Amino acid sequence: MAKTLNINGASVSVDAAPDTPLLWVLRDELGLTGAKYGCGVGQCGACTVHLDGKAVRSCQTPIGAVEGMKITTIEGLGGVHPLQAAWVKLDVPQCGYCQSGQIMSAAALLAETPRPSDADIDSAMSGNICRCGAYQRIRAAIIDAAAAAKA
Amino acid sequence: MNAFIKSFDKARPTRRAVVIASAATAGGALLVGCSPAQILGIGTPDVDFGPFGPFISIAANGDVTVVSKHIEFGQGNHAGLAAIVAEELDADWDRVKVVQAPANVKVYANLGQGVQGTGGSSAINNSWDQLRKVGAAARAMFVSAAAARWSVPVGEIGVKNSVVSHPAGKSATFADLLPDAAKVAPPKEPTLKDPKAFTLIGSDRVRRKDSLAKSTGTARFTQDVHLPNMLTAMVAHPPRFGATVASFDAAAAKAVPGVVDVFKIPSGVAVVAANTWAARQGRDAVKVTWDDAKAERRGSDEILATYKALASGKTQPTGDLKWQVFDAHGAGAAPAGGKVVEATFDFPFLAHAPMEPMNCVAETGGGKTKLTFGSQIPTVDQLNAAMIVGALPGSVQIETLFAGGSFGRRANFKSDYAAECVHIAKHVGGGRPVKLVWSREDDMSGGYYRPMVHHAVRVTLDADGYPAHWRHRIVTQSIMKGSPVGGGGLDESAVEGAKGSPYLKATPVVDAQAILPDSGVPVLWWRSVGATHTAFVMEHMVDQLARAAGKDPVDYRRALYAKAGASRWLAALNLAAEKAGPKPAEGWSRGVAVHECFGTVVAQVAEVKLQDGKPRVGRVVTAVDCGTPISPGQIAAQMEGGTCFGLSAALYGRVTLKGGEVEQKNFDTYRVLRIDEAPQVETHLVPSGAHPSGVGEPGTPVIGPAVANALLALTGKPTSSLPFVQA
Repeated sequence: MAKTLNINGASVSVDAAPDTPLLWVLRDELGLTGAKYGCGVGQCGACTVHLDGKAVRSCQTPIGAVEGMKITTIEGLGGVHPLQAAWVKLDVPQCGYCQSGQIMSAAALLAETPRPSDADIDSAMSGNICRCGAYQRIRAAIIDAAAAAKA
Repeated sequence: MNAFIKSFDKARPTRRAVVIASAATAGGALLVGCSPAQILGIGTPDVDFGPFGPFISIAANGDVTVVSKHIEFGQGNHAGLAAIVAEELDADWDRVKVVQAPANVKVYANLGQGVQGTGGSSAINNSWDQLRKVGAAARAMFVSAAAARWSVPVGEIGVKNSVVSHPAGKSATFADLLPDAAKVAPPKEPTLKDPKAFTLIGSDRVRRKDSLAKSTGTARFTQDVHLPNMLTAMVAHPPRFGATVASFDAAAAKAVPGVVDVFKIPSGVAVVAANTWAARQGRDAVKVTWDDAKAERRGSDEILATYKALASGKTQPTGDLKWQVFDAHGAGAAPAGGKVVEATFDFPFLAHAPMEPMNCVAETGGGKTKLTFGSQIPTVDQLNAAMIVGALPGSVQIETLFAGGSFGRRANFKSDYAAECVHIAKHVGGGRPVKLVWSREDDMSGGYYRPMVHHAVRVTLDADGYPAHWRHRIVTQSIMKGSPVGGGGLDESAVEGAKGSPYLKATPVVDAQAILPDSGVPVLWWRSVGATHTAFVMEHMVDQLARAAGKDPVDYRRALYAKAGASRWLAALNLAAEKAGPKPAEGWSRGVAVHECFGTVVAQVAEVKLQDGKPRVGRVVTAVDCGTPISPGQIAAQMEGGTCFGLSAALYGRVTLKGGEVEQKNFDTYRVLRIDEAPQVETHLVPSGAHPSGVGEPGTPVIGPAVANALLALTGKPTSSLPFVQA
């Protein structure tokens, strides 16, 4: 059952059943633990990664469906994404558990909409829960990163 | 005392001995002459912490590491605690980092609680004097070393940004002086700075140390722990609280590839597997027959109905159940002819629902037991683990990691999920590490909720419209009962915030009582504890009184605070009102609320409108008095986050039971606040030089009543139950 996946620009071979959620392959098999388990049903967004640049919930994505697609995780942003700088600048994280997912959703938003409106942010980010309630700073950091990218 | 120690000397401490030890942590006086830390720390290995003691280590290059005795799960306390040390040490803040202390109650006890633990927004408050001394002592060691090296008086030496200097032009870094400083005996009573000389504390430079790790996916949580040879476990839990395993069929679970074993533990049936997904599939495949003989079978509506019947006097308490007075002063009946305002309030069970579901890593065997997880009260977790494996509590090692939120859930006298993990690790044996993972469904339906609460209040006003007589009844379930610190008296956590309220102080005659019937639903503290309901009742009641009296709610509060001598409440209210400005934006209604929680006073002015029939909250102007502010940025973050947490519960939070089974299993049915509903919180600090108090919880309870008061102003209708959105 070995499969070849393209993760963060590298080809990796994984041995797992095709219905295994990508999240558990990333975390348990590949040691990419940035994407988090939060709900397992696509309600919280903590597991968000990119599939061909689109934000998806990896807990709802069976690995059988992603062969040949480009998978990017928080580790793939390399710590140098403008959003990550903005997150640090504004001290966005509190407990921090949801933030990988928040940043991946925001990165997909900015890739598509470099100057998002508040409504764009609402729409792209309302699938990501933050129980600490860091929403105000998440919004501010997205706006800050968008401005920095333009400057 | 000796007999007690002997009970610990045996390989297997009795439950009673451990309970006594736990009780000693609260009572303090039970075992005279012996501190709780000494008792609970039995078995703790001696540790050489190095020249600067257990809270500071300094590397050869001069970098300073502060050891936090408190867990960081969002509150920002690591930044604040490190800043206290760095200020007195005059260390270069950019070269200070923070690590989490291991379990060791002898040196890392919470000085307000006796055990090593984090709760009640106490981290900064209990550490303030302790860490100032620790920092100042280390500074004095560097100064002494420099004075000796340069043959100058210590009084002529200054320290700034990890550099020690003398006006004659000599200077040396911490790194330069470290070998000499390490040989200086730390002074027992070092001189502390005059707070006026603080350069770091209270400044915008006190920022989180973990933002980068938490923005790159590299911060390490329990869920991320992977150890060699580790198994992952999940547990089939009963659908009803109090049920036990009658029998189970493991065949289908064992057929799942990767499943290693299936076995019974006290809390259910455990499945251990090679990885999380196999454990999940295995767990879901176990067929368990549950014995419901001792299970709670009532629905939450039925439990609430019993609360209402008690409060209204329709039913009388029986057996041990009694009304307990929490405030009674003045005498006489309510004035005849005075205007009467009556209201009742219902509050549901609430789940904490932190983003990281409960989890723990445990390994036990060969005389060693180690837990690795987000331990909120390590001392209690040590005790509970020790009882399971038969060890001295201090010998149980705990490595505390970041936790993905807690909000009270991880501070549990029974260490429920950690104990469950230890049971599994014990069964697996051989010191093999086991990671227990709870699904969101396990977490949400696993109990330990904020209790359901019912309040019934009747206030009679005097001729001027102020309360003359206040009758208050609270019915809820005790959090403390049955815990080692439960005792026999009134559970203060059930009434705090009503008890001690300036509104009761300002009322000539008060008759306030509570009754705390049991249920089979496990309950626990939930961010701000008693204030989650008492702040709502007191603040929404006061607006209803002001309305009945025909007075402005802000002016009405000012008059009551003057009567009660509540000067900090008045100052916070005045600051919030001033910053809010005279009028809300067009189309918005305003509500105000003020509350004191764990020594911190928060006042909020919330702007609210109805949108699609439900409240929408826009601007929230917040004034906070938390004593000496250490990190203005993190105080603001906690006001922002606490407001969202409180608003989430007020709008949507509700766990219901039907036939004893929890109806909400995940975020699709337990709705929480999302970004499109988040308010814009402005935080303003009431200037203060007082001993600092916490900010993790006090930002939570005020928004609910502020919104209710805005809706009252908008619609004329009071709110009698939460959540606001009942659909």
